[in-house]
Amino acid sequence: MTAPWPSIDALAASVRSGERSAAETVRTALKRISAHEDLGAFLHVDEARALDDAQAVDRRVGAGDDLPLAGVPVALKDNLCARGSPTTCGSRILEHFAPPYDATAVARLQQAGAVVVGKTNLDEFAMGSSNENSAFGPVKNPWDTTRAPGGSSGGSAAAVAAGIVPVALGSDTGGSIRQPAAFCGTVGLKPTYGRVSRYGLVAFGSSLDQIGPLTNRVSDAALVLAIMAGGDPRDATCSNDPVPDVVSGLDGGVEGLRVGLPKEYLGDGIEPCVRQAVATAAQRLAADGAEVREVSLPHTPYAIPAYYVVATCEASSNLARFDGIHYGRRAEAPNLSSTYERSRTEGLGAEVRRRILLGTFALSAGHYDAYYDRAMRVRTLIRRDFEQAFDSVDLLLSPAGPTPAFRLGEKTQDPLEMYLADILTVAANLAGVPGLVVPECVGEFEGAALPIGVQLMGPMWSEPTLLRVGHHLERTRGEMPAAPTGGTA
Amino acid sequence: MTIQQPGATSSEYESVIGIEVHVQLHTRSKMFTAAPNTYGESPNTMTDPYTLGLPGTLPVANKEAFTLAIRVGLGLGAEIASYTKFDRKNYFYPDLPKGYQISQLDLPVTANGELPLSSGKVVRVNRAHLEEDAGKAMHSSDDASLVDLNRAGIPLLEIVSEPDMRSPSEAIEYLERLKLLLRYLDVSDCDMEKGSLRCDVNVSIRPTGSDTLGTRTEIKNLNSFKAVEKAIAFEVHRHANVLAAGNDVVQATMLWDEDKEETRIMRTKEESADYRYFPDPDLPPHHISNSWIEEVRSTLPELPWVREDRLRGMEGITDYDAGVLVQDRAVADFFEDAVATSGDAKATCNWITSELFGVMKERGDDIAGCGIPPSRFGALVRLVKDGVVGSGGGKKVLQAMYGTDKDPATLVGELGVGQISDEGALEAIVRQALEANPATVADIKAGKKKAAGAIVGWVMKETKGSANPGTVNKLILELLD
Repeated sequence: MTAPWPSIDALAASVRSGERSAAETVRTALKRISAHEDLGAFLHVDEARALDDAQAVDRRVGAGDDLPLAGVPVALKDNLCARGSPTTCGSRILEHFAPPYDATAVARLQQAGAVVVGKTNLDEFAMGSSNENSAFGPVKNPWDTTRAPGGSSGGSAAAVAAGIVPVALGSDTGGSIRQPAAFCGTVGLKPTYGRVSRYGLVAFGSSLDQIGPLTNRVSDAALVLAIMAGGDPRDATCSNDPVPDVVSGLDGGVEGLRVGLPKEYLGDGIEPCVRQAVATAAQRLAADGAEVREVSLPHTPYAIPAYYVVATCEASSNLARFDGIHYGRRAEAPNLSSTYERSRTEGLGAEVRRRILLGTFALSAGHYDAYYDRAMRVRTLIRRDFEQAFDSVDLLLSPAGPTPAFRLGEKTQDPLEMYLADILTVAANLAGVPGLVVPECVGEFEGAALPIGVQLMGPMWSEPTLLRVGHHLERTRGEMPAAPTGGTA
Repeated sequence: MTIQQPGATSSEYESVIGIEVHVQLHTRSKMFTAAPNTYGESPNTMTDPYTLGLPGTLPVANKEAFTLAIRVGLGLGAEIASYTKFDRKNYFYPDLPKGYQISQLDLPVTANGELPLSSGKVVRVNRAHLEEDAGKAMHSSDDASLVDLNRAGIPLLEIVSEPDMRSPSEAIEYLERLKLLLRYLDVSDCDMEKGSLRCDVNVSIRPTGSDTLGTRTEIKNLNSFKAVEKAIAFEVHRHANVLAAGNDVVQATMLWDEDKEETRIMRTKEESADYRYFPDPDLPPHHISNSWIEEVRSTLPELPWVREDRLRGMEGITDYDAGVLVQDRAVADFFEDAVATSGDAKATCNWITSELFGVMKERGDDIAGCGIPPSRFGALVRLVKDGVVGSGGGKKVLQAMYGTDKDPATLVGELGVGQISDEGALEAIVRQALEANPATVADIKAGKKKAAGAIVGWVMKETKGSANPGTVNKLILELLD
């Protein structure tokens, strides 16, 4: 194959029909991984195993198995467990860790015929907005290699944007799928909290984390979601409700749809090119029969502080297991407490340690009420903001971040500025609602031609609407150019 | 209990004791994962990715553990929470692979129960909450430490009393009664040696008559009720000494040293860990429905103290008998079933506690393992009562009942241990005996009725033990009357 990836539906159909083999699609992906090694998008690739898995899919296809993802190469963010594969989370402390089990989402994709070709780079333990917090080096944005791909699912976004794989999984705790999707010009979906099992996703903020796809087109994201979604006896927070059909209604259009533009998401600090992209998307929706109006999410200014309290509190507890005792990196030390201290100091990066300390402080006796408890109250208010907005509109249209991709190194010295990169995405995680980023255009930012995405957010479980509207925006947008360093190999 | 302390006598101070009991619930699988809940297996074999704390694994609450916790709550007459949740208790230790223990902080599964003591006094139970057990860290002599995670994740119910006990003996009675209740409810084997029941004790003292609490210390590492009793006595004594010297008791956690029979300080309140509790985001809150509670209630057995009262009301049954019988629910069940056949509570009790227990002990069986159905045992007691077999013959029959399903009447015949109770059949031999023992007859006639025993002995010898001695005795007296 030399062309860009077709839709994964078409790709799987061609494997099922025998037009091409799974081995062939996987070889193509592996070749592209090598060709784009300089992007730093992948942390581990096991070619032999990927080809074995592809041949197994070919045998299943030969035996008549009707596999919806037959031969679709998929990349996994390296905080998703795949049996026997290194799962480092971008951290020294898990450098040699390989889990003995598959994440539920991964197992479901494999069952459907997808083949894992590699594990992608990320901010350490998914903590970051630029992929610069990886212990194994940053990822470069395929549109401009001096720029960040966004984070924390930077490797997954870059891998899709560069045409290496047609789909990559990411995880989104405060925007970690949507912001890199916007930075790299891909589709990125954070499903409703509880739509996709978290079993096998290494936890960062358990009440916020969701697994979701990064793809070239909305229909691909819908198909992948349809296969991953649904109840899992291994995850008590995953909904057992039936999953509505997210695929067949994609062409339903936007006639009569009520779309809200949250004014707090379009205030000061939003780059004009970003604002313009949202306006253009809104105009198309209005022109096609949607009713577009301004709405308010009044507690938006409190989302970042509430998020950074809740996420760091949960992280401080979730990451306690990385203590050098049972698995992972252990520093040699004369006694137990210095074993803990040295293993964690040497094994965990500066941003991870900062967040553990923040969370530990916020949960400490005497501070709990002022931080965790208050943050949870704010979280309730933010959830109500969304509920009230969704009383009058069906979904919200907003930017995904204040700017297109910023430069590598630009914000690394200032953690607070880096945290503000998530300002338009964290509220969806706090409220549990789904968010979808769809590329809208290529704009000019600081002299560079960069993709700009728009974000759609809907009520809990509204993925069918979200994906239908995203698909409509994509269809009416016109062709997006491919990333300059992407394409074929 | 007296506090032997110069200058501080038992009448000056009153001890105030509260107890936390951790009981392992005997569910099939662990509290939050499918790994089996078993004891005594090779180290680290009863684990799975969750138990090992591997990243990406998640807890899912065990419904059976909830059911058992509800049983305990109902047994204590406590309120069952309609809404309950789990919290994380964060601390580092090698036997805690996740770096936190999932427990319940402010919404325990059950609260506000009561446990009655024999005196009629009631010990209030503040709460009982579900949590997961830690693994076991073992420190070997060569400076290495080993961790076994088989125990990690086993469901624990922590039952917390109010500080309502006033003496070591009350504390022990509370523990014994609680253990009895837990065994009646069939939620745990409560074996302290295996660690399936463990307790920590809080002790303080205050001037007698005062209603304010003194500063307490908590005693850990108590491996038997005996240790609990000694440790409380030691600690009460120590507090009294501290106060007598004009000092203040320091709030602290103490370790009981079994060999030295003394407590030593483990950590003071200032050194205690900040557990940074917060609600576990992996576990949604649980709603316990009324129908679930009622379903559990419908399976509750009669509580041991209620049963003890009822047994005490049976003819011939003493307080002591009733106490012995209810110690084991299976024994009490066996007793009641056997009485239904024997028709004699006292005799049945005696046959169980002296004969059956003896045989069980010899064979190392418990009452279920003896394989003798209570109805057949009751039939044996009935045969003895009716004089068909004597007590010696009855014991032989009991031995023979092991390993056979023949009924005791058949065994009496097969063993040839039946006795003659028919007066007509015995009259001739009794007359013969009277003729052969004129001197004894004279004694009896002179009013020494006990002398009849010698004649009974003569008859028993002549009949090779087959005569019913009671019938013989009666005939002697009748014939000489």
